[in-house]
Amino acid sequence: MKIGIILSRVRVEEKWLLEAFEKRGVAYERIDDRESVFDISHPDAWVSFDVILERSISFARGLYATQILNSWGIPTVNMAHVAATCGDKLATSSALARAGVPQPRIKVAFTPEAALQAIEELGYPVVLKPVVGSWGRLLAKINDRDAAEAILEHKETLGSYQHSIYYIQEYIQKPGRDIRAFVVGDQTICAIYRNSSHWITNTARNGQGENCPVTPELNDLCVKAAHAVGGGVLAVDVLEDPQRGYLVNEINHTMEFHTLAPTTGVDIAGIIADYTLAVARKEIRLPVPFIQPPQNLSTIWNPLSHSLAEWSHLTP
Amino acid sequence: MTTAYCPECDAPISLEDVMIGEILVCPDCGVDLEVLSIDPPQVELAPMEEEDWGE
Repeated sequence: MKIGIILSRVRVEEKWLLEAFEKRGVAYERIDDRESVFDISHPDAWVSFDVILERSISFARGLYATQILNSWGIPTVNMAHVAATCGDKLATSSALARAGVPQPRIKVAFTPEAALQAIEELGYPVVLKPVVGSWGRLLAKINDRDAAEAILEHKETLGSYQHSIYYIQEYIQKPGRDIRAFVVGDQTICAIYRNSSHWITNTARNGQGENCPVTPELNDLCVKAAHAVGGGVLAVDVLEDPQRGYLVNEINHTMEFHTLAPTTGVDIAGIIADYTLAVARKEIRLPVPFIQPPQNLSTIWNPLSHSLAEWSHLTP
Repeated sequence: MTTAYCPECDAPISLEDVMIGEILVCPDCGVDLEVLSIDPPQVELAPMEEEDWGE
């Protein structure tokens, strides 16, 4: 059995993961994403891996590495299609909506003018988020029209193209905390509250962890959310709305757990290592990408109804 | 004891019980340092945070 771990910086999570594999007597190969070279047509150096655990700190590196590895038939934890969905907030929201998972109201626009209209339709305050980004960076809570106009102008002028995809979320009056739940396969293993007097509760922004009991309701929601984005080892962020109850905010596919593990006492690194080994032994078959068109569109456009042969004329 | 020196402020950095690739914080000047090698002891300034970094 050959295990690979692709990573960049060795954060405390990677240190715990490497120790977990060593404790299990499993040899692994550390792959530094800064030094890796993939020859798309020659996977020879890679195909001997039974599984690769993806722990890149960069979303893009992790996504593209797993896309290449999956295309060679090498399973990854998590799979590339899961990373593609979780790493993009808009893709996550679409997947959750499709699966009927409750989430805050979201509007998307592509110009500042349309974004302003969407913001006013949702009503203040709203939260403007970059579709790709983490650690609570560049989130903007917009309380009135003056702030909206200023932020939209700044994003148009200062941001990259990504910042011209206006992802607008209703602001949830949460009780000074959110929930970070850890899901593996079909089970929510543990969860913490992230308490903060600031509206951004990420532990990267000084949110304080506290154990959160996993109720059947929370478990069901988080597992359903995890399945909606393709399943695997995932961290589901949940908001508590005073009227609507639990709403899924985001899902992370290469989660940090330096607060979650000590707060809950759960050996998260060990669980991830065991899951990765089970994938390597083919005891867990990771779901493959499957895009089911909406029911009412399936008669118009169903790419799955076409065989490969029908498309072969499009390839050189 | 294996000791490297901070490239920013020259403070001694102990490399006991660390892994290659691990990030340490310089106790004197506070910069993030990446462990490049333990024998010989060598650290360098850790890469700066990039836009798509994070969980």
